[in-house]
Amino acid sequence: MRIFSNFMKKLYNGNFVFTSEIEPRKSVKIDYLINKANFLKKYVTACNVTDNPRANAYLSSIVASYIIQSHTGLETICHMTVRDRNRIALISDILGASVLGIKNILVITGDHTTMGDIPNAMPVYDIDSTQFIKMLRKMIDEGKDINENPIDGKIEIHIGAVGNPNANPIEVELYKVERKIKAGAEFIQTQIVFDIEKIKNFIDYLKPSPPFILIGIFPCKSYRIAENIEKKLPGVKIPNEYKDKLKKAEGNSEKIDEINIEYFSNLIKEIKKSTKASGIHIMTIEYERIIGKIINSL
Amino acid sequence: MIITKTKSNLLDYVKKYNKIFVIGCGTCATKCQTGGEKEVEELVNKIKNMNKIAIGKVVESPCDLRVLKRDLMNYKNEINDAEVIVALCCGVGAQTISEFSNKEVIPGLDTLFIGMVERIGRFYEKCRACGNCILYETGGICPITNCPKRLLNGPCGGMRDRKCEVNDKDCTWVIIYERLKKYGREEDFKKIREAFDWSNISKSREFMR
Repeated sequence: MRIFSNFMKKLYNGNFVFTSEIEPRKSVKIDYLINKANFLKKYVTACNVTDNPRANAYLSSIVASYIIQSHTGLETICHMTVRDRNRIALISDILGASVLGIKNILVITGDHTTMGDIPNAMPVYDIDSTQFIKMLRKMIDEGKDINENPIDGKIEIHIGAVGNPNANPIEVELYKVERKIKAGAEFIQTQIVFDIEKIKNFIDYLKPSPPFILIGIFPCKSYRIAENIEKKLPGVKIPNEYKDKLKKAEGNSEKIDEINIEYFSNLIKEIKKSTKASGIHIMTIEYERIIGKIINSL
Repeated sequence: MIITKTKSNLLDYVKKYNKIFVIGCGTCATKCQTGGEKEVEELVNKIKNMNKIAIGKVVESPCDLRVLKRDLMNYKNEINDAEVIVALCCGVGAQTISEFSNKEVIPGLDTLFIGMVERIGRFYEKCRACGNCILYETGGICPITNCPKRLLNGPCGGMRDRKCEVNDKDCTWVIIYERLKKYGREEDFKKIREAFDWSNISKSREFMR
């Protein structure tokens, strides 16, 4: 097994790895990327950089990843969706990402164009995420593109994919993630999940590691955010007890932090103790400060 | 069947002409109630009410050049006289009429899709004519047509309690899974399906047997 990134090195060494996420904006400014990355690098091994999430047109994930890595030294996991690029553009962007020193790519289907801020755009989906993983595997392992055309030089990238332990029915999701692993995904980052039983079920079926599985968590800054997350994300169920606590603590940020530290440090400890997960992927909305607090509490 | 709907601004196109020939379709557009005898007659009357000359004729299948020639044999003079032809049929029919007549053609209908008829007025798209049918592999459900992302290895992450993230329909890949499971073919669901070759349909197709 060839190892190209610090993130993958830590996973292979058996470290319990933390990652987080930065979302580029519809902006030509870069200060916020650098500021967030400088804060996150104290706590996480790598940060995901989203690719036009929810089908909104933002700064390119490849450019943002490059800026973050070159200005802050924080390694990135660059998202790449198949929604906006055909296989020519995907190959071209992989070559570009490679030249810019990006070592981890997270392959994503991408929310449908009609859900975003340019809903009249043509959705591409020339190949799907599983086929993209296969194509990438060939580029990396054999130095050839999908049509056997040779690539000059070596591509040194690790391939990640996503999975949703909350999916209902779960078996279609598990079989799909299994396909992605068979196609060559080396790590899986999951959708936000609150329920330890769903986490166990997901991990038990996929028999890691490798592939390495990082469980997605989402500390909520407020009761309102918890409600929104539950409404918008497929299958995410947030425990009532946790939500009630957030509701009672409304407006008291110290108390909210305490609730999150307690809930998530317990969840992470349980994940570490009773599953073969290799790490945690922490997502927040404008609530980065909680990331260090949770990690330090473990 | 080719599903069509009446163009809402059709009469705006007709305004500048005085002699109009209307051609209907005895096959799909008749079934869709957009280009049959009744619809052709209604349009002819509307045009006449605009103080213009209009003649109408339903052709059995205007998409078939031979049938078009046969059915319009007795209307040669009327067609020659007409300044424009309104085609109450699909885009294939409208183009066949254009080729046949060398006249300006106004499409009277918008061509929507290749669809299944549940009953009149309820049509469902079922086929994108991709030229490489995989229906057996997918339990009789076409993911190219039904999945908004055209995934061959679905479902995507947007599936929520069986539902698609784009519309309120059941996720195509959940239905495919349930069908294959019912047929005892779960293993086929688990297979990786290879990238589709779009090269054949990225240019207009011809087929010569």
